[in-house]
Amino acid sequence: MSHVRYFYVWIALLVLTAITVTTAGLNVGRVGIIVVLVIAATKSTMVLLWFMHLRSEKRLLLKLLVPIAIATLAIFIGLTYTDILTR
Amino acid sequence: MELEARDQKVFSRVGMWLFLLSEILIFGGLFLVYAMYRAKHPADFHAASMELSRFDGTLNTTILLTSSLTAVLAIFSLQELNKPRRAALYLAATIGFGFAFLVVKAFEWGAKFQHGLYPRAAELGTRPHGEILYFGLYFTMTGLHALHVIIGMVVLSVMLAWVLGKKVTQQRSAVLENAGLYWHLVDIIWIFLFPLFYLIS
Amino acid sequence: MASHAESAGHHTAFPWFTDHGRRPGLRGFLTSTNHKRIGMLYMAAVLSFFTIAVILGVLMRIQMLSPDSTFLTGQAYNAMFTVHGIIMIFLVVIPGIPTIFGNFFLPILIGGEDMSFPRLNLFSWYLYMTGAFVVLASLVLGTGPVDTGWTFYVPYSLKSTVNVPLAVFGVFLLGMSSILTGINIVTTTHQMRAPGMSFFRMPLSVWGLYSTAWVQVLATPVIGITLVLIMLERLFGIGVFDASKGGDPILYQHLFWIYSHPAVYIMILPAMGIISDLFPVFSRKNIFGYKTIAFSSLAIASVGSLVWGHHMYVSGQSDTASIVFSFLTFLVAVPSAIKVFNWVATMYKGSVKVDPPFLYALGFIALFAIGGLTGLVLGALSTDVHTHDTYFVVGHFHYIIFGGMGFGLFAALHYWFPKMFGKTYDFKFATVSFIVLFVEFNLFYMTMLILGWAGMPRRYYSYLPKYTDLQVIATVGSWIMVGGLGMMFGNLVHAFFRGKKAEANPWGGATLEWQISSPPSFENFEKVPVITHGPYVFAKEAKAGEKGK
Repeated sequence: MSHVRYFYVWIALLVLTAITVTTAGLNVGRVGIIVVLVIAATKSTMVLLWFMHLRSEKRLLLKLLVPIAIATLAIFIGLTYTDILTR
Repeated sequence: MELEARDQKVFSRVGMWLFLLSEILIFGGLFLVYAMYRAKHPADFHAASMELSRFDGTLNTTILLTSSLTAVLAIFSLQELNKPRRAALYLAATIGFGFAFLVVKAFEWGAKFQHGLYPRAAELGTRPHGEILYFGLYFTMTGLHALHVIIGMVVLSVMLAWVLGKKVTQQRSAVLENAGLYWHLVDIIWIFLFPLFYLIS
Repeated sequence: MASHAESAGHHTAFPWFTDHGRRPGLRGFLTSTNHKRIGMLYMAAVLSFFTIAVILGVLMRIQMLSPDSTFLTGQAYNAMFTVHGIIMIFLVVIPGIPTIFGNFFLPILIGGEDMSFPRLNLFSWYLYMTGAFVVLASLVLGTGPVDTGWTFYVPYSLKSTVNVPLAVFGVFLLGMSSILTGINIVTTTHQMRAPGMSFFRMPLSVWGLYSTAWVQVLATPVIGITLVLIMLERLFGIGVFDASKGGDPILYQHLFWIYSHPAVYIMILPAMGIISDLFPVFSRKNIFGYKTIAFSSLAIASVGSLVWGHHMYVSGQSDTASIVFSFLTFLVAVPSAIKVFNWVATMYKGSVKVDPPFLYALGFIALFAIGGLTGLVLGALSTDVHTHDTYFVVGHFHYIIFGGMGFGLFAALHYWFPKMFGKTYDFKFATVSFIVLFVEFNLFYMTMLILGWAGMPRRYYSYLPKYTDLQVIATVGSWIMVGGLGMMFGNLVHAFFRGKKAEANPWGGATLEWQISSPPSFENFEKVPVITHGPYVFAKEAKAGEKGK
């Protein structure tokens, strides 16, 4: 296993950062929040898979943990929205 | 039958990930509050975010991403290459980047204090509700994040000492791995904080 | 309780108290990382705090004997119900079964020698005790005890001049302790099972603890951050809950109940797990629907995290949200009902022996059923408008929490007492205590349901004269119930000091804890057990003490 892959991931992260900063400056309206969140999610996934070694993780439990956390948060936020957005 | 016979390293990784889960949910609660108030005051949030420096935010993002790289290289140097001194150097770099992050953040906060854009400040009180909430959340979330950066730096410093003192070695590196996981989580949280506070279009 | 027996020279009787003489005395207890000793530390703490909270409850009931009673001032009454709630919820009922019986028995039930993180376990206890003392200190120090209700609703919790920050900080520490316990339980369940102990051969009590632990890890952080926000709001005025700055007080309620509703499942799931272990043993028959019960535990934990808005139907929440939450609330009743059906079905054509543990298990079924059904009244939007913030709610949650989790805890105590202490207790006295408790429980709390339906609001220190008779009945019920508690605990304490020696398997159970000595040795098992069948497989003969393999 070589350490070069870590540099590739780092470059990718910096590129994605540049993209998200530029997009924000373009004033794309409501789509903007979705784009930045998708890019942030992509960056985080790369950190999780390569820097935090989830890609080579064998235990199913550990690979499921972050999806479980995201799902939990999504439910909490989603159900709270049913109140906040309909008042 | 002894605990040592079982894989202590595996336990500690499982336990660490579960702990990270709880950290995600702590910040998650704050993201929930943010989501609700941004939905109610989209224009105010945009206006308030114009007060922040996108340059500083981008700089800090770059700093933390690079610190994540040096963190994982530190672990790689010890676990795969068995070069504790190189690992120590990478750890020192990571801590240094953490310090740089905090310096930039301190300047940012200082600028806000100067412009009266902090909770209970007179100037902020004249702004619309959405902006007051934005800054309340800004200080809370970046403040809690900075606290975690400080904790991470302390933990990494202890790792640095232990690597140099041979308490953490190629064979016994679980605690270093876990420290790395913690630092990466701190990075991931910032990856989300950055666009949510600095890049509102 | 333990230290007296220990220093009286009971070394040989309780080998795990002293770790083969290496950690003697109270100091040894306070520094040991052995899961059984930590379980005992929690037991001493939890039961002590329970006693304090019961006393506060009794004092509240005395105030309610008459509408013009001046026994307590309004401020004092507010403080009493607040602290009664904080202690009961955060110090007794949430930690109770996982920290006492989870710590003591989880490793044994899965064939392990300790929890995954013994030192973290001891640290959790110290964190718990620190949080407890901070909460109790807030009673007497500074500006006086908290009067906001255990729910700390804004805006009052932001403005009240009493020790809100101190109490909130104490609860925060207790939450941290709960998260660490949850991490320990999940990791232990995944990592420490003996060879052959697949997930579907684990006792259902372990499934109960395991599902609970997930809720502890995922939900507790939310109340952690909510309490931090209260403190930040008070200290710095950040505005998130302050309406004058655009903050939304109902958002506080969302955040609070996002944890505090799943918290009630933290309370009940371990108790249900224990009941699931008891029914097979005392019916001498395999449990009906093992996998259904196991998956129901997970279902209750997950669906139960979706229903929190049912606490807020009349708070100003939108109608849309209320409808959504009401629907989800009805869903969560289903897995609980399935469990009740399966437990009862286990008895069918079984050889039932109603020993004290099973008495409490049957009591659990009855009281939990009543509590659950009243929950449906509260979960339906229209009837909730009538019953919200009345004694109906108070009756409901005491049936569920005290009748459910409480009786589950008493069942566990009577079931595992011989195993933990190696002594037997008086069955007749235990039976009489149960009858007293069960009858008076209903006298006390059924009256509250009636009072609430008739319109008596909760958290009031006075009331309209028409409620007087029922209030007096409830108060008298509370006295007799305290008597019943005294009888029950007295019986067990007496047995601790003077009981006859217990055998290894007095109930004929087939789970792993009954295959080792009473009390267990320090390492639990002489050699690693190898599991070849499920946890509820019994031999044809019903002789007590017969190994169930």
